[in-house]
Amino acid sequence: MNAVADIAGIVLGGLAAGTVLFIVSVGLSVTMGLMGFVNLAHGAFAMFGGYLIVLAMNRAQYGFAAALALGFFGTAALSVVLERFLYRRLYRAGELDQVLFTIGLIFIFIAGITIVIGPEHQTLQLPAALSGQLNLGFIAYRTYSIFLIVIGFLIALGIWLTFERTRIGGQIRATVDNRRMAESLGIDVDRLFTITFAFGSGMAGLGGGLGAEFLGLDPQYPLEYLVYFLIVVSVGGLGSVIGVYYAALILGVLNFALTLYLPKGGTIFIYALTILMLLARPRGLSGRKEQ
Amino acid sequence: MSVAVSRAGDAAAPIANPAARALMRRHRLRWWEALPWLAGIAFYFAFPDYLSFGCDLIVTILFALSLDLALGYAGIITLGHAAFFGTGAYAVGMLASYNVWTEPITALLLAALAAAVIGFLSGLVLLRTAGLTLLMLTLCTMALLEQAANMGHAYTGGFDGLPSLPIAPVFGVFEFNPLYADTQYLFALGVLFACFVFVRTLVYSPFGQSLTGIRENILRMHAIGSPVRRRVLVCYTISAALAGIAGGLWAQTNAYVNLSALGLDRAATVLIVLILGGYGRLYGAFIGAVIYLALEHFLAQIYPTAWQLGLGLLLVLIALFARGGILGLGEALWRRYGGKLSQRRRDGPTAP
Repeated sequence: MNAVADIAGIVLGGLAAGTVLFIVSVGLSVTMGLMGFVNLAHGAFAMFGGYLIVLAMNRAQYGFAAALALGFFGTAALSVVLERFLYRRLYRAGELDQVLFTIGLIFIFIAGITIVIGPEHQTLQLPAALSGQLNLGFIAYRTYSIFLIVIGFLIALGIWLTFERTRIGGQIRATVDNRRMAESLGIDVDRLFTITFAFGSGMAGLGGGLGAEFLGLDPQYPLEYLVYFLIVVSVGGLGSVIGVYYAALILGVLNFALTLYLPKGGTIFIYALTILMLLARPRGLSGRKEQ
Repeated sequence: MSVAVSRAGDAAAPIANPAARALMRRHRLRWWEALPWLAGIAFYFAFPDYLSFGCDLIVTILFALSLDLALGYAGIITLGHAAFFGTGAYAVGMLASYNVWTEPITALLLAALAAAVIGFLSGLVLLRTAGLTLLMLTLCTMALLEQAANMGHAYTGGFDGLPSLPIAPVFGVFEFNPLYADTQYLFALGVLFACFVFVRTLVYSPFGQSLTGIRENILRMHAIGSPVRRRVLVCYTISAALAGIAGGLWAQTNAYVNLSALGLDRAATVLIVLILGGYGRLYGAFIGAVIYLALEHFLAQIYPTAWQLGLGLLLVLIALFARGGILGLGEALWRRYGGKLSQRRRDGPTAP
């Protein structure tokens, strides 16, 4: 009985952490797949949204849901401005320039947050309804983790349905597969880029706030978790929602179990697995696009 | 007529084609190529109190130069070059710490060997991929080594690293430790010079030319029958060996080694240094390292946040407006306003 509870605890905790990784990374996967843009600054959007959400709740007394909405739309709005004026100029540039540009953006975000808000760690005050324990029958577990897992599943389902069943989803898939052909068919690729970039960044902002419990929130956030976001995206596959969802959940559970049982350097297995996985399937679990 | 006889041995006619002339001239030594070394020696006499900073500078230049070979010449985009820097640093550090090998020059060769082995083995599997996958694989290899160094703390000192490494005197005569910064500086300068001569020769050799070809158009290189994969692997291994020397030199001049040798910070910094100076150009590493370290040394201590903000803005501006880095920018200005030199061929990558 105890062993079952232990395992269930690890799986649930890992799934919740993985869900956060998924919500943050899914936008990165789609925009990278769509635009071929190596956006290392994606974590900076997550941090920005996280700060919006936490500060809205702690300083402006917003409700949880209202703060989440603010985080999503605020980050999306910021990303549209950056996309229109800066990112767009680099779509045709080499990967190296994109890497350099986005590392520069990360530094600007880190310094900006440090100057405006301060270097200290921010904590998220959960609403009372989500802060207790939920009895699942065989185990009582933190309500917030269960809430995250459910939300993450609904988001994954929603994005997947959008991809597979709607017109804009079809346009995105077509553009990921063959951008030139999509353009010739009259798809407004520029508009598509802006919309998906805004949506992906908004999701990252949402994830930054939802995950402040698990990942913490301080100005170093974009650099600290960069490798994790990139692992999720590259293992999951560019432009693949389902692949990213699985990759994030697997990484979440693995990381949770390893930090529990091998606190010193257990993450070495994550890197080793990622390398093996990428060597076996360079395009990720279910990547669509030949690079 | 008799003056302008072709150098190619074909005495029939002077080479009229400007492209051919440029190609023949490009590897000749120019007068300004002595400047960095004169500056290096002048620094020794002018700033005797800053010689340990000078050592840092030399290590950074050498590290950036090694990255330039992989990234600027062979076009391998890597986020994990610190893996080799760290391998070299730990090779020197562990050999010295356990008193196995403390002679500095041969220790650097061993560092190069260790890094080359890691570079060859990882390159053997990594270099089959491209784009994001390659970026991730290099990053993960580095993270793997970092975690391995962290876990094996019985040998590597783990998080704390290995302090106060004993290094034997250079040539058995000159005491080598941070108290004798002048010895360290001159030793480092000598190592950099030797490595630079090697890289310069390599880059202008047929091998170096084929690397440039691979970077510019890999399909055509395949089509003309160039053994692309083998060339890239050899280049990656050499680049790793040089990075290992840089790491070993870093461990020797600081007399310690720790996990910071292997981190993402170091890998990102060297990338920034190289691109700031201009990649695919032999002297980009020099310019980038001098400017970056000077700014960091004087600004980062006083205004760390402003330094980060400024650095971020600088990177964004370079990515948007000055793709060739500072050297590229200088060359573009020179070409526009310098008149005649337009026929000089640019070694760097063409803007996309």
